[in-house]
Amino acid sequence: MLITCPYCGPRDVIEFTYQGDGNRQRPQPASQNLDAWNAYVYDRLNPAGDHNEIWQHSGGCRAHLRVVRNTLTHEISSTAFARGDHNSVARHRAEDKP
Amino acid sequence: MAQSWLCVGHLLYSLPPSLKWMTIRMAEYSAFSLLKNALTGNKDWRPAWRKPDPKASYDVIVIGGGGHGLSTAYYLAKEHGITNVAVLEKGWLGSGNVGRNTTAVRSNYLLPANTRFYEHSMKLWENLAHDLNYNVMFSQRGCLNLAHTPAQLDDYARRGNAMRHLGVDAELMTTAEIARLMPALDVSATARFPIVGGLMQRRAGTARHDAVAWGYARGADRRGVDIIENCEVTGFLRDGDRITGVTTTRGEIRAKKVAVAVAGSTGQVMRLAGIETMPIESHVLQAFVTESLKPFIDTVLTFGMGHFYMSQSDKGGLVYGGDLDGYNSYAQRGSLPIVDEVMSEMLALFPGLARVRMLRSWGGVCDMSMDGSPIITTGPLPGMYLNCGWCYGGFKATPASGWCFAWTIAKDEPHDLNAAFTLDRFYRGLVIDDKGQGATPRLH
Repeated sequence: MLITCPYCGPRDVIEFTYQGDGNRQRPQPASQNLDAWNAYVYDRLNPAGDHNEIWQHSGGCRAHLRVVRNTLTHEISSTAFARGDHNSVARHRAEDKP
Repeated sequence: MAQSWLCVGHLLYSLPPSLKWMTIRMAEYSAFSLLKNALTGNKDWRPAWRKPDPKASYDVIVIGGGGHGLSTAYYLAKEHGITNVAVLEKGWLGSGNVGRNTTAVRSNYLLPANTRFYEHSMKLWENLAHDLNYNVMFSQRGCLNLAHTPAQLDDYARRGNAMRHLGVDAELMTTAEIARLMPALDVSATARFPIVGGLMQRRAGTARHDAVAWGYARGADRRGVDIIENCEVTGFLRDGDRITGVTTTRGEIRAKKVAVAVAGSTGQVMRLAGIETMPIESHVLQAFVTESLKPFIDTVLTFGMGHFYMSQSDKGGLVYGGDLDGYNSYAQRGSLPIVDEVMSEMLALFPGLARVRMLRSWGGVCDMSMDGSPIITTGPLPGMYLNCGWCYGGFKATPASGWCFAWTIAKDEPHDLNAAFTLDRFYRGLVIDDKGQGATPRLH
C-alpha cells in the first residue's frame, strides 16, 4: 500500500503510523458531557467502504495526514495535511461548550 | 454363539459409563457405522446437515453461520430445548474466521472475568468430540509463552498465579526446561532476544477448526435447527423499536428473537438495524502455513518480544501468525509489511527455519473491541441479542461463546460467566482490558 504524502510524494505504508478513525470529535477539554466523551473514546463508524482516517508520516516529514481510504479495497482516494483542522476550534463539537 | 453374546454383554458391562452410553445410543459416527458403511459401499451416509429452505418464522434466528453462530444454535437446542431455530449464513458454512484462524485453544488470561469464561470454554473443549460425536482433533499439547526479560517473567508469574488462583493450570518453566522441550529453539545467550523462561499452560492446545464448524453444524441440524447458507441478511423487520425478524436475499423471515454473531461484520449488520456506531473496529489478521516438516514443535509457542505464535499441524505444516496489519480493513487479505515482520520474528526464535518455504497465507476480518474483551449480551434493541468483539481470540471461545449466548437468548439474561461482557461497560467504566492497552483496538 502506498500513501501519497502531500509533502514527500508516494511512500510505502511502513513509513506511516496509523492513528485511527478521523471522524471522532474530541469534546472541549473542560466538557462534562459524558455522552460526547464516550462517543469520542469508544464509538466507531467502522465503515466497509471509504473511511476518513488520520495517519502520521512518522518515517518521513512527520506530518499528520487526513486520508480517505477504502476499507474493502485499501484504495486511497484523497490525502491532505490534517493540520488545517488539527487543534482548531472547528474540530471540537460546537454543542460541547463547557 | 451364546458365549460370544455373553462376551459382548460382559464387554458392555465393563465399559466406562461414557463409552457405554455411546455404544447403546449407536452413534452416527462410530467404528461400527464406519465398518458397516465400508462393507455396503458407503451409500447410507446422511449429509452432515440438510439444505432447507427458510421457513416463514422461527423462535430464534441466529445471524452468522460461523463457529459461534453454530455453537449457539447447538446449545440452544441441546441445553434449552429450543429447536425451532435458523442459522443464516451469507456465504457457505465455515467460510469466515472459523476456517481462517490458527486453531489455538487456551485459557491463560489475567482478569477473572476472562479467566472464568475461557476456562469454561476449555472444559467444554475437553469433552467436545464426545459431546458432538465428531472428532474435532482437540490436542492438549500445551501453550508456552516465552519471556525475554526478568520483568516479563515476573509478569508471567503474576498471570500464572492469577490463573492458578481460579483453578486453571499454569507453570513457570526455566530456560533449561524449555530447551529440553523444544530443541530447535535458539535459547542461547547470544540470541537476538535471549529467553529467560516461560509460562506454560499444559491443558492448552489446538483443534481442527473445520471439524468444529462441521461438528456443531451436524449436532444442531440433527436436533432440528435449519442451517441456511447463501442467505445474506439485508435488513431487520421491526415493530416500533422491537426487532421481529430479518429481510434476506431469500425473503423475509420472522422470529421472536434475533441473535447477531457476525464477528468482523458486526458494524455492518448493526447499521442495518439503525445503530450507526459500535465500540468495534474491523481489522485484518493474517495467518501463514509452511510446507510440511517432520515433527518439530509439539506445543503452541508464543514469542514475548513481538507478536508471534506458532504450532505444528498434524499434517506437519507450521501454522503461525503475528500482529494485525494495523489499520481498519474488511479485506480478507493482508499486506506485505506484516508478512516480513512475522517471518523475521520466526527467524529470531528458530534461525534453522530460514530455508523453509511458506505455502500459503490468508487473512480474516477481526472484530476488535475497545478493551480486547468480547460482548455477549441481550439487546441493544428489544428482540435482539448480540455476540461480538472477539478480537483475534474467538476460536478458543467457540464452545463457551455459544453456550453463554444460548443461555442469554433462552433466559433473556446473561449467565454469570458472561455477565461482565456487556455493551455498556465502556460507558460505565467497567472495561475488561487484559492487556492494559486502552481504547486502541489495533493494539489488543
